[in-house]
Amino acid sequence: MTQKAKRTLTAKTITMAHGSGGKAMRDLIEDVFVSVFDNEDLNALEDQARFDLAELQAEGAQLAFTTDSYVVDPVIFPGGNIGTLAINGTVNDLAVSGAIPRYLSCSMILEEGLDVELLRQVVASMRQAADEAGVTIVTGDTKVVPKGKGDKIFINTSGIGVIPRGVNIAATRSQPGDKVIVNGFVGDHGAAILNARGDLALEVELQTDCQPLHRLVQAMLEVCPDLHAVRDASRGGVATVLNEFAETAEVAIRLYEQQIPVRTEVRGVCEILGLDALYFANEGKLVATVPADKADAVLAAMRSTAEGRDAAIIGEVITGRAGRVTVQTGFGGERIMDMLVGEQLPRIC
Amino acid sequence: MKFVDEFRDPEMARALLDKIHAIVAEIPKCQDKPLQIMEVCGGHTHSIFRYGLEALLPKQIELVHGPGCPVCVLPMGRVDDCVAIAEQTDVIFTTFGDAMRVPGSRKSLQQAKAEGCDVRMVYSPMDALQLARQHPDKRVVFFGLGFETTMPSTALTLLQAEKEGIDNFYLFCNHITIIPTIKAILDSPDMYIDGFLGPGHVSMVIGQAPYEFISSQYNRPLVVAGFEPLDVLQSLYMLLLQIRDGEARIENQYKRIVPEGGNSQALQALAQVFELREFFEWRGLGSIDHSGVQLRQAYARYDAEKQFVVPNLKIADPKSCQCGEVLKGVLKPWECKVFGKQCTPEVPLGALMVSTEGACSAYYSYGKIDAANI
Repeated sequence: MTQKAKRTLTAKTITMAHGSGGKAMRDLIEDVFVSVFDNEDLNALEDQARFDLAELQAEGAQLAFTTDSYVVDPVIFPGGNIGTLAINGTVNDLAVSGAIPRYLSCSMILEEGLDVELLRQVVASMRQAADEAGVTIVTGDTKVVPKGKGDKIFINTSGIGVIPRGVNIAATRSQPGDKVIVNGFVGDHGAAILNARGDLALEVELQTDCQPLHRLVQAMLEVCPDLHAVRDASRGGVATVLNEFAETAEVAIRLYEQQIPVRTEVRGVCEILGLDALYFANEGKLVATVPADKADAVLAAMRSTAEGRDAAIIGEVITGRAGRVTVQTGFGGERIMDMLVGEQLPRIC
Repeated sequence: MKFVDEFRDPEMARALLDKIHAIVAEIPKCQDKPLQIMEVCGGHTHSIFRYGLEALLPKQIELVHGPGCPVCVLPMGRVDDCVAIAEQTDVIFTTFGDAMRVPGSRKSLQQAKAEGCDVRMVYSPMDALQLARQHPDKRVVFFGLGFETTMPSTALTLLQAEKEGIDNFYLFCNHITIIPTIKAILDSPDMYIDGFLGPGHVSMVIGQAPYEFISSQYNRPLVVAGFEPLDVLQSLYMLLLQIRDGEARIENQYKRIVPEGGNSQALQALAQVFELREFFEWRGLGSIDHSGVQLRQAYARYDAEKQFVVPNLKIADPKSCQCGEVLKGVLKPWECKVFGKQCTPEVPLGALMVSTEGACSAYYSYGKIDAANI
C-alpha cells in the first residue's frame, strides 16, 4: 500500500540541519520530495528502488542506463528550470539509444540558505516533466553543503530505460552516404541561458528548447529501424556531436550552412557576441545519421511529431579525412568545424 | 535577418567573385607572382575564414593576415601584469572574454581565476564601472584592450567614473593604435604588400585621413572595408581596380558605418583621456614607437599602472615563434616551424594562435592545416 508522507517542512530556507539525517531532513524529504514525486517505490522510503525483472524483460532486449548532473546558472530561465532540465536531459540520454525511458533517480545537493519555495518550484517542475516523459522518480538522495560551497541547487539524475529488440543505434555506425538530420532550431537553450544571465540586457524573447525526445526517436525508428547514429546535442551543441560521430566512425561529415535551422533571435545573439550557434547547448535537439534511402521518410516522420516539427536535413556523411567536419557556406566556400578549445568566448571587436 | 543577410547574399557574392577573377586577368604583374593584399584587422581575418572566402579567390591573390587582432598582439609581460593585479585580494579584475585565455609567462587570466582570483568577464567597460558601484569595498580594475574601436567606450567610462566620483575604479590600459604599426610593416625591408583592406571599425572612429600617408608616401592603395563577406569581396574588387589602373588611393567601401572624418565626439573623448606612449611592445612584432596610449597625468588616480605594483617585465617571445614573419606576409602560417606542432590553439606559443581572429588559429581551426601536412 502507498504510504503517504505525513511530515511538513515549515522552514523558509534550507539550513545545514536539513542535511543532518535528523528530523529536519525527514521533513524536507517527505514534504518537498516524496509528497510531490509520490509513487509506490519512493513512498516505501527504502534505500533502493526494486524492479520486476520479468516485466522489464518483456519490453525489450537491453537495459539502457545513464547519469548526468545539472548545475545550470540561473536556476530558473525562460521556458524551464534546472528541474525540467534534470528530467529531460537524462530522459534524452536514454532516448537517443532508442530506449523507452522508465525510471529515474534524483540526487540533490542544496546550498545552505536556499529558498525553500524555489526548491518546491523546481521539484514541482520535475514531477511535471517526469509525467510528460512517462518516467517515474523512484529513488533519491539529498545533501546540504555550507553556503558558498555550492550554487543553490545541483541535481544528479540517473535513468534506466528499455531498448526494444532489433534496435542498434551507435556512433560507430555512421557511414558515407548517410544524411545528417536535426529535429529543429539549434542553439535555443544556450542563447536563452546566456540571455537569462542578464549581463547582455538584450531585448529578445528566447526560450529553452527543453523537451523529452523518446517519442520522436520511436517515430523515427518506426519508419527506419536501422537508424545509424543518434545523439542529443546538449553541451557543445550540434558541432560537438558531429565531431564525435566523425571521429568514432572514422568518416568525414559535410554540413550545408544554409540548411541548418537557427532562429533569427539566436543568430542575433551570435552576431552581437561573435559566437556560433552550432556550439550552443540544446536540451531538446538530437542529431541523427540516417541511411540515404530512408532520409526522406525519417524526416517526414519527425515532422509529424511536436518535437520534430522543424526537422531538417543539414548535411551528409562523406568519405574524406576521418574525423573531419566541414561546413559549406552559402556561396560555396568551406570551413572546418572543429571541436571547441575550452569554452566559447565572446570576441572583443 | 535584416542588415545581415543582405551582405551575405550568395548570388551577389558569385557576381563579385566573377568580377574579381576577370580583373585579375587584366593585371599583368600578378601572373608570375601573386598580389599580396593585407587585411589589417582580425575581424576581416575571421570573416575570410568563417565564409571560406580564400578558396574562392583567384590564386593570383594572396591574403596576408595582418596585426589587427588586439588580443593576439598582447605581449606576455602585460598578461603577467594583469595576473599580478588580479592576485591582490581586494581586486575584482574585469576583462573582455577573449583575453581570458591569452597565455602569460606564468599563467593566463583563466588560470588565475581557477586559482581563486576574482576575474570577471564583462561585455563593456560600463559593466566594470557598475561592479565598482556595487562593490565599494573592492578595487575594480578594467583591462582596457583594443584599437580605436574599443578606446572610446573606455574613455567615456572613465569620464563617467570621474563625474560620479567613483574612486575604486581603475584602468589597466593596453589600448593600441594601428597606424604606427602599418607604418612599421611598410618600412620592413622583407615585406612586399600590394594593397590593404583597412580596418572598418577603427575607421569609424578615426576616419580616413590617418591613412593618407599610405598612398602619398608608400604608393599603396587602401580600401576601408566592412566585415560581411560581400563587404570583403567588394573591397577587394575596389583594390584590384586601383592596382590594375596603377592607382594608390584611400577609398571607403564601408560608407554605411564609416564617415569620412570619423566620429568627432569619440575623438574628443580620446584626446581628453589618452596620450601616446613613447613606445609599446607588440607580441610578434616587438617594440613600436607611439603605437600605444596611456592615461594622461590628470587621470593618474585611475591608472592601474600607477596605482598597483606590477612586475612590468618584458618577456621575450619564444625563440621558435615566427609570428613576426607571418604578420608581415613573409611566411604563411603553416610554414612556421612550430605551427600545429608545439603551437596549437590549446597551447598557443605565439600571438597568432591565441585568439580566433589570429591568422594561425584561423588556419588551424578553419581548414588550412592540411596544407601543413600535420
